[in-house]
Amino acid sequence: MGRVSVAPIEIERTESAEETFAVPEPDVPWVTLVHNDPVNLMSYVTYVFQAYFGYSKDKAHKLMLDVHHKGRAVVSSGTREEMERDVQAMHGYGLWATLSQDRF
Amino acid sequence: MGRSAGMFEALKGGGAAIALDGIEISILRSLAVQLLELIGPGAPEPEEDADPLAVLFAEGNQGPTERPSDPALIRLFPDAYGGPGPEDRKVDPAELAARSAEFRRFTENDLRTRKREDALAVVRSLDGLAPEGDEGSAVLELTGELPLRWLGALNDLRLTIAARLDITEDDESAVLFRLPDDDPRKPMVMAYLWLGGLQETLVETL
Repeated sequence: MGRVSVAPIEIERTESAEETFAVPEPDVPWVTLVHNDPVNLMSYVTYVFQAYFGYSKDKAHKLMLDVHHKGRAVVSSGTREEMERDVQAMHGYGLWATLSQDRF
Repeated sequence: MGRSAGMFEALKGGGAAIALDGIEISILRSLAVQLLELIGPGAPEPEEDADPLAVLFAEGNQGPTERPSDPALIRLFPDAYGGPGPEDRKVDPAELAARSAEFRRFTENDLRTRKREDALAVVRSLDGLAPEGDEGSAVLELTGELPLRWLGALNDLRLTIAARLDITEDDESAVLFRLPDDDPRKPMVMAYLWLGGLQETLVETL
């Protein structure tokens, strides 16, 4: 609740005009991020990266460690539609994932 | 056979097996049923003679746009846009919320269906056991798609219990694992740890 109904969109825009929020750029690729959480087992996260993305055990293990130590890892990149599919799959496995336009 | 208590072991021809006593069977079943109740019913089945296109675009077939209010459901069905990292700080939060709502509308019903089917598979495989002896023990064998269904349900159960116990990354959560026996949260913590062992050993059999 709440988050969507904060205020009329026009007012929101006026208040934050100086921050100049980024507008989605069509040519910039999107990424799927998996975020760390205290529940998912390391072995399970590694398994998911292998099973869904087809990554080698080494690559899956390294990504899992990135999630664990850095708080998040980019696990795939592509079009927005592809990343929405990956995020949906990660949610299916119970991992906390979001997609984002890669600006870095 | 000498199976270790509380652990899945790989079956020779593929799949996994575990010996469970009557209490364990009843706890697992009860947790899976509670998970089913939490996830709730999915979209209603369309009438058999309904026009498939009309069904596809029917208002009632689209999922919710608002995030759930229950913390456990938020964890099972998280927002797809706007993570905790620095990546999205430059994007208008209202825009992120709108994209998450749109994503939820087209994906949450499918996600609920999958999670419900996983939990149902757990209930059905437990109901299919033939317990023996004073302790009502049985050996559960999971083959075909069942190991993966169980893996999903065990993970959803752990996510749900962790949300109920408010298990977080910080050190305060460590207290939960050293609770005195008379603490009302103790049984839930024990169940959480036990499910973790089941999931860990099931992953190892894959």
